[in-house]
Amino acid sequence: MKRTRRLLSLVALVSAVSLLGAACGDDTDDTGSDTGGGDTTEQKSEIKVGLAYDIGGRGDKSFNDSAAEGLDEAASTLGLPAPKELSPSKDEDREANLKLLAEGGFNPIIGVGFAYADSVTLVAEANPDITFATIDTVVDLPNVRNNVFAEQEGSFLVGAAAGLKTSSKKIGFIGGVETELIKKFEAGFVAGVKQTSPDSTVEAKYITPDGDFTGFNDPAKAKEIAAAMYEGGVDIIFHAAGGSGTGLFDAAVAAGDGKWAIGVDSDQYLNASPEQQKHILTSMIKRVNVAVRDTIQAFADGDTEGKTVVLDLKADGVGYSTSGGYIDDITSQLDELKDKIIAGEIEVPTSPS
Amino acid sequence: MKTASITRRNVNWGNIAISLAAPLVALLVATGLTSALMAISGIDPADAFSTLGSRMSERTAWIDATQRAVPLYISAIAVAIGFKMNLFNIGVEGQYRVAMLTVVAVGTSVELPPVLHVTLCIVAAMAAGALWATIPALLKVYRGVSEVISTIMLNYIATGVLAFLFAEVFAIREEGRLNPKSEELPKSAWMPNLVSENLHNISGFIFVAAALGVAYYVLVWKSRFGFRLRASGTNPTAARTAGIDPKRMVVSAMLLSGAVAGLVGMPQVLGDKHAYSSDLQLGLGFSGIAVALLGRNSPVGIIAAAMTFGFLDSAAPFLDLESIPKEIVVIMQGVLVLTVVVVYEIARRVKERRTQERASRSLDAALAVAS
Repeated sequence: MKRTRRLLSLVALVSAVSLLGAACGDDTDDTGSDTGGGDTTEQKSEIKVGLAYDIGGRGDKSFNDSAAEGLDEAASTLGLPAPKELSPSKDEDREANLKLLAEGGFNPIIGVGFAYADSVTLVAEANPDITFATIDTVVDLPNVRNNVFAEQEGSFLVGAAAGLKTSSKKIGFIGGVETELIKKFEAGFVAGVKQTSPDSTVEAKYITPDGDFTGFNDPAKAKEIAAAMYEGGVDIIFHAAGGSGTGLFDAAVAAGDGKWAIGVDSDQYLNASPEQQKHILTSMIKRVNVAVRDTIQAFADGDTEGKTVVLDLKADGVGYSTSGGYIDDITSQLDELKDKIIAGEIEVPTSPS
Repeated sequence: MKTASITRRNVNWGNIAISLAAPLVALLVATGLTSALMAISGIDPADAFSTLGSRMSERTAWIDATQRAVPLYISAIAVAIGFKMNLFNIGVEGQYRVAMLTVVAVGTSVELPPVLHVTLCIVAAMAAGALWATIPALLKVYRGVSEVISTIMLNYIATGVLAFLFAEVFAIREEGRLNPKSEELPKSAWMPNLVSENLHNISGFIFVAAALGVAYYVLVWKSRFGFRLRASGTNPTAARTAGIDPKRMVVSAMLLSGAVAGLVGMPQVLGDKHAYSSDLQLGLGFSGIAVALLGRNSPVGIIAAAMTFGFLDSAAPFLDLESIPKEIVVIMQGVLVLTVVVVYEIARRVKERRTQERASRSLDAALAVAS
């Protein structure tokens, strides 16, 4: 029966896709729940931290892992009993996760990622007695502590490094998804390049348009884009593409000596393979862990006031890494630029011109 | 269905028993398979099932499940309309996304009294979905392009076009907000909630979904159009010989499917978010395919299927909270769809063979009498 066969193959396809989704999810839960050990003080032992990751959760080797690191730090220094970590498998799970944490008596509750803006607004408004925190977005409520980063400032510095290190005067930028957030990286990076090498050009490409979030997890596509850029004479590429970044590193390895990549969010040199390490010039660091740690610390200290904390160069919320030693010769110049940004002498744009 | 004419005269109790046993067998097999898969991956199946069981006793769990089931039901009906004439509309995903932005564009540009405004939005959503579905329909009719391919491709095109239009035209950027939103729909365009308890809501769209279910039943099984649709699906050659214009049927089935698909995003746009943003709930079109398969294209079956999926989807965060890997939900859904399709296919073949055997037995008997 042709019809049956067609139907069955469709079922197989649908199931395969669903199962694939399940397989990619990884188990995210086991690590964090048992870290609470010594209750240092009575008051602190009552702190039940609820952390809601963005899709990917603990173990994504990127953004979420940085938040997890901050949670672990806080849990060990404060001796927190069993913080609860949830990660969404679908967009609508973010709101469900926050509701479950609020109903479960968790306080404070941290929503990791800008996609939590609406759900934090909704759940925080309904639970004025619980302290909430956001990362990368601002919710204007008296019980919400917002953590925002000056990604453009960190990107500016790695852009400046690229401008100093380039020999072909052609530099690349690969963004994961063309969102407002990633455009901040692009804007800062381009400004940084122009600062140290005004005649260099920056070729910027995004993996997917806004609304299609697969661009943050598509190493194959990133590799393709990077390979084409390297072929066209680009010698340094900065990525702000989350999990897709490994594709860029592979492309740099394939392109050979003299081709460089710049990592993002964490010091990506540390998690790279030995071959990739030879091509990772530096990384733009965004210290989500500091934001999470400080949020929990502040709560433990009794600071539950709604506010917006800006993690910029001044607050050491963003920066660059020097692992590998490839930019040791220019760190003094970079630090000079850093001081100028902190002093307000250089103003870094937040959206690409 | 296929044996209906035979059973009318001579009730085949064995076949009826098989039909009744099929869902039970499917459920047992699916439970067994899921348990085995869980055991292999080191999850205690008893633990997982008892956690799911304990959730079933919570009122809010059912509210959440129903809320998630409503768009799944609409999506599955859209898919099922296509299935009924052997058309695979994989493009529900793109069609409802196009409709979401259209509704926001239309809804924010007019001022109307409450009921009228919502109605206009619903009509606009259906029109937009149908319009987007017209492309693959025409491609199939005039150029012979498989609708499977064209609808999948159009999903990608929809994503790109919508991202561009949203970013360039509709997005309103606020300081500190990294996911911009469109202008908010006026209150007159909001669909009120039927149930609302401590942030757990059931959208008033449940009535729209119910009406759709009834309309789907009447249209497909009780109307001339439905007869033509099913005839074209079962045997296109016979249908053509009988004077049914296959091109017209393809176009109207695709358009209907697209119009229903346009409504999939409405519970969230009109009932929940009241605006368009880049983080609206996606993937409902694909889930709808699985739900339609699980519900065997029957308006009642799809209710059960949508509730099952809705319950499991909303149980995922709960499992996560109880430190049970939430991924088992997707495994359960996948296994359930596969088992249901396989078990029903086996049941169909067994029934067919039994019917043939009966027929040949009675023929033999008749011949024996004659000779």
